[in-house]
Amino acid sequence: MSTKKENQGTPKLNMGAFLTKNSMVIALVIVFILFYFLTDGRLLYAQNMSNLLLQNGYVLVIACGMLLCILTGGNIDLSVGSVICMVGGMAAVLITNHGFNIYLTILLCLIVGLAAGVWQGYWIGYVRIPPFITTLGGMFIFRGFGRLILDSKTVSVQDTSFLNIFTAYIKIPGLDTGDRILSPLIVGILAVAIIFYNTFSSRAKKAKKGYRQNSAIADYGRDAVISIVLLFYCYLLCQYKGISVMLVWVVAICLIYHFITSKTAFGRYFYAVGGNEKATKLSGINTNKVYFIAYANMGLLAGLCGLLCLARVGSVNGSTGTSFEMDAIGACFIGGASAYGGSGTIPGVIIGALLLGVINMGMSIMGIGDSWQYVVKGGVLLVAVIFDVISHRKSGK
Amino acid sequence: MADIILEMKSITKEFPGVKALDNVNLVVERGEIHALIGENGAGKSTLMNVLSGTYPAGSYEGEIYYNGELCQFKTLKDSEEKGIVIIHQELALIPLLTIGENMFLGNEKRNKFGYIDWDMTYNEAEKHMKQVGLNESARSLIKDIGTGKQQLVEIAKAFSKNVKLLILDEPTSSLNDEDAKMLLDLLIEFKKNGLTSIIITHKLNEIIYCADKATIIRDGSTIETLVKGVDEFSEDRIIKGMVGRPMDDRYPAREHKVQKEVGLEVKNWTVYHPLYHEKIVDHNISFKVHKGEVIGFSGLQGAGRTELAMSIFGKSYGTNISGELYLNGKKVDLKTPEQAIHHGLAYVTEDRKVNGLILNETIRFNTTLARLDKVCSKGIIDATAEKNVAEEMTAAMGTKTPTIEQKIGNLSGGNQQKALLGKWMFTEPDVLILDEPTRGIDVGAKYDIYCLINQMVENGKSVIMISSEMPELIGMCDRIYVMNEGELRGELDAKEATQEKIMSYIISATN
Repeated sequence: MSTKKENQGTPKLNMGAFLTKNSMVIALVIVFILFYFLTDGRLLYAQNMSNLLLQNGYVLVIACGMLLCILTGGNIDLSVGSVICMVGGMAAVLITNHGFNIYLTILLCLIVGLAAGVWQGYWIGYVRIPPFITTLGGMFIFRGFGRLILDSKTVSVQDTSFLNIFTAYIKIPGLDTGDRILSPLIVGILAVAIIFYNTFSSRAKKAKKGYRQNSAIADYGRDAVISIVLLFYCYLLCQYKGISVMLVWVVAICLIYHFITSKTAFGRYFYAVGGNEKATKLSGINTNKVYFIAYANMGLLAGLCGLLCLARVGSVNGSTGTSFEMDAIGACFIGGASAYGGSGTIPGVIIGALLLGVINMGMSIMGIGDSWQYVVKGGVLLVAVIFDVISHRKSGK
Repeated sequence: MADIILEMKSITKEFPGVKALDNVNLVVERGEIHALIGENGAGKSTLMNVLSGTYPAGSYEGEIYYNGELCQFKTLKDSEEKGIVIIHQELALIPLLTIGENMFLGNEKRNKFGYIDWDMTYNEAEKHMKQVGLNESARSLIKDIGTGKQQLVEIAKAFSKNVKLLILDEPTSSLNDEDAKMLLDLLIEFKKNGLTSIIITHKLNEIIYCADKATIIRDGSTIETLVKGVDEFSEDRIIKGMVGRPMDDRYPAREHKVQKEVGLEVKNWTVYHPLYHEKIVDHNISFKVHKGEVIGFSGLQGAGRTELAMSIFGKSYGTNISGELYLNGKKVDLKTPEQAIHHGLAYVTEDRKVNGLILNETIRFNTTLARLDKVCSKGIIDATAEKNVAEEMTAAMGTKTPTIEQKIGNLSGGNQQKALLGKWMFTEPDVLILDEPTRGIDVGAKYDIYCLINQMVENGKSVIMISSEMPELIGMCDRIYVMNEGELRGELDAKEATQEKIMSYIISATN
């Protein structure tokens, strides 16, 4: 995952610009180092590092969908947590109480999630009911359905074949035997190779066309830093159970949505609508459809997230998923998405989610209670956005 | 001895990386109308913002003397207390509040208990409204009165602040000719009562009409001040000062090669208002444009020209649209802008900032937006192809910018308009509809845009031009249609068209 868009400015390294551009990455590093010392190094234990991504996987998945909603003009979806409860509850009841086939259940659950999204997307996109109100309604409606399905009980799932689809650790015969796990390292090396190859081929292409580009040191240096972090993370995974299927789901979702938002025509329409809806409409783009897809997609991802949460926790009750959407919204805004729409990236969202995750985990390890975690989380969100607004004001309108 | 009300001495104002004003001097006498002119980005608005305290004292170099005393305004309020009031191009009125509420916003009339005295507010408001000849109830909402009247509200508001020096930034840019003239006459009337005005405008005929002096600013420096009755005070003379060279022909010549074939024809087109379904916006309109021809639409604001163009462009305006549309002789039914674009129709919107561009995106992003499919394969954007296209269009339009990755909002008005034109040229239209293509841009950029129009028709395309500036239509078009109150009132050959003739069509229609 490249965390930077290609730099179009001067090829020279400009320290000030570099700092503003990567302010959240730097904040993440500082917070990480801070908690590393505060926890006497326990933060970096293999188990904690593995859990960091697994615990926050749900935030990343819904934040990818939330980003699309926010891009259309700072609109948010308040119903995500309720959809998670409804879909997770449905899956648990179908599997545990009715013994449904798990693949059929997964398919049904995703369809129900999508249906919830389509329902809201229709009102928002085609009837133009304000998203805040539509999804506030959805928040109550789907929460209610969720509780009806669960009959206000906690339902757990023991079916291992279902749990394995989301939470098992990948064991490749020959590579991973007993206490010797090598597959994460192989995956890491492959990923590093792909990163370097991408940079190499894009540089070659630019050189051939005579486009201006960054200095080789800047490009490869960035790759090297990412590679080292990646390989180190893989090394830690080797020490603790290996790669979880959950991680594969989360990474795949992030990559897919990064691709959609940065490389496809349809992804670009989200930015256009958020930037100026009238102009976009007069450019021949169906803006109603853009809103519709943003919310329909959000429903689908909330459905998937419901399954992930069910598998990770093992059970669902009437308050599962409460305020999950707020974590996703927070991650988007910390990651640099504009509250007015039109700007924001998936890599930014990942950084935002990780920042929140590291703070949570660090404080948990230190034994600081939930209540303080909320205070700090809120503070970080506010500071991040204040910083963003002020740094943009300084750089001139 | 002249009575100097304002003297600005060697004003220099720098923004990061740019010197917006370089040693600018301005002297204004009491009771005159002083025009401030220059191309876009020359520094006129910056200078006025320095004067009004929008840029506080200390953020610029130089001295301001007002009534002979040195002034250091820290905020807008400071300058208003002295009677300097600035009215910006974009009106600062709140549509859902009444005229009275708007006039005393931030300056509310309170009674002795400290809460707002509405009777006094509306009484005072109507007193000032009478001064500017505005016959409306002070309790009407701003959104219910026209732009012309809104402009008057701004001036009445200035009077409520006891204005001595009134600064108007492009006051007529959103007004039609009739309202504009009324406004200028009003200024001349106030002058007799001792009010001093500074007026910033691109419309040279207005300067000739009402100003006593004209100071020309170019690239952040004062070039000269022309005085009516002393210096030569003509449009050509002013243009020479603005662009630094005489401009002999404001409209580039072209060989008129109107072809027989009709590019676009509209028959019996009727459009109803999107909200008030019984209101007819365009009634039974028929017109056509040949290949290689430029036609113009003239008329007052609210004549239904923009609405006509938008309803043709994939029904992007109005309801219950009826009538027939022919492109290249074939009858078509365009239901969405997308279909219109794919049929070779392009509509360059009026008000580029609101309807045309995505300001916080790059030139590249904006250029390809209307036909992203042309640089895509299977929905995935080919970054190289997109870059090439954006660079090609930028060069073809002559847009001045360091790179195509420049945010379009950072460009000057003229360059934004060129980029917008580039966006629509990229759709390769056969029929190009231009809505107010030169509003608010300077003489040089206008000329470039006229050249691009000529290029289009030389290649056998058709151009439809909607403009409130009659000389522009007369200079550029082959034929001119005149509209009023949603109906077509007449058709003129451009060779025999004069402003008087066009006006007579409009006026005869209203009576």
